[in-house]
Amino acid sequence: MTLGFYPGCSLKGSSREYAESVLAVAKAFDIAIEEIQDWNCCGATAAHNMNRELSLALPARILSLAEKQGLSEIVVPCAACYSRLTVTQHELAADQTLKARISEVNGMEYKGSVTILNIIQMLDKYITPRLEGKVVKPFNKKVACYYGCLLVRPHEILKFDREEDPQSMDELMLKAGATPIDWAFKTECCGAGLSVSRTHSVGKLSGLIVGDAKDRGAEAIIVACPMCHSNLDMRRKEINEYLGEKVDIPVLYVTQALGLAIGLDKKELGLNRHFVKVTV
Amino acid sequence: MSSDNHHSALTELGTELLEQSDVKVTRCYQCGKCTAGCPLALEMDYPPSMVMRMLQTGNPALEEKVLRSFTIWVCLTCEMCFARCPMSIDIPKMMDQLRQKALLEKKVNRKAKEIIAFHKSFLDSIRYTGRLYEIGLFVDYKARTLKILDDMALAPAMLKRGKLNIFPEMIKDRSGIASIFRKTSKKHKD
Repeated sequence: MTLGFYPGCSLKGSSREYAESVLAVAKAFDIAIEEIQDWNCCGATAAHNMNRELSLALPARILSLAEKQGLSEIVVPCAACYSRLTVTQHELAADQTLKARISEVNGMEYKGSVTILNIIQMLDKYITPRLEGKVVKPFNKKVACYYGCLLVRPHEILKFDREEDPQSMDELMLKAGATPIDWAFKTECCGAGLSVSRTHSVGKLSGLIVGDAKDRGAEAIIVACPMCHSNLDMRRKEINEYLGEKVDIPVLYVTQALGLAIGLDKKELGLNRHFVKVTV
Repeated sequence: MSSDNHHSALTELGTELLEQSDVKVTRCYQCGKCTAGCPLALEMDYPPSMVMRMLQTGNPALEEKVLRSFTIWVCLTCEMCFARCPMSIDIPKMMDQLRQKALLEKKVNRKAKEIIAFHKSFLDSIRYTGRLYEIGLFVDYKARTLKILDDMALAPAMLKRGKLNIFPEMIKDRSGIASIFRKTSKKHKD
């Protein structure tokens, strides 16, 4: 079976190392991955803040393209894209009039038949069961697994893990040889889309996250969202200013940490692209 | 829902919020968990629970204050309030509706200028290329806000790490995307 792939814009630009590590890990386990052809941006925060109909039409177009391409299941590694696609599918399934209207807007048939997996669901379905014996270089670090907002909320729609104190990434990292720590900021918001327009707010929110991880002895922060990564990694200057100290705990995508554990090359996983140096 | 019957009738805005975002403002009993969990409550002019209370009163002057508030724009839609609400009130969805009404009625809080400029620059990039073009977004945002010097060190550092595309990724069906923008435009009637 071929697994469909919706990278989304960040994974083609500022977070390309996330895409590199997803594809490298999939390749290591012989998982056939096919990108959705001619995909568009999901609209992200901007669309749902400014125009509800647009915020449903853009993700619906992506899902229609996947249907047309014969993909029954897609992986969406960006937590924000995953949220927009899943929320759209949910809202259109609940309202046939809206569904018809969006199909009409897009000029494309939309069935709503595609199964959407976030990165943890994809790893748990296709990789975790085959992980034993493949971990050649255990990720022997104390890790703070950071889920952020949109991977786990709203639970009513996503129905993934627990919305307070989720465990799926912790369990995965445990299997990769890491020691996940208990900490308080697993699902607190990093400031997300305000990174450019209200940088000081992001410095504070992300600072609280990095600060708690540090206070509890984390040696790495593990994430599953390009916005979380951008804010915790690229905004480290603002974070350190907020904290009043220099914290150099690296931030890794879950697929990068997993990739290292199965012996993949640092460069293949895009670890050279981070702002905070990864010395693991 | 029958237990809600003793509440006074909803106002026009209250009815709109019920129809467009499934939020019945009268259901809130002011426990304050939304405000306690909100990461940006301290930066808001009215925290989420107060917004709920203002809407509950049905007082037109207070409804107007909500529409003109900074709160609705600085809200991150992180979904924490909804996750913790004992009455499962979808505050983030309600915020989307309030933002769009404020835009439509030109009642946007002045402090939200940069936040909205960012959203507009973001959407313009999608409108013309189908995807987000990050350099284009930065340039367009700077042109809109005149915040020329902010983040000047970031772009070269990103380029060095291969994190920025010099040229936009253009999708093939750009006319299809343009048509989606046209048909969903608030000015467009069909």
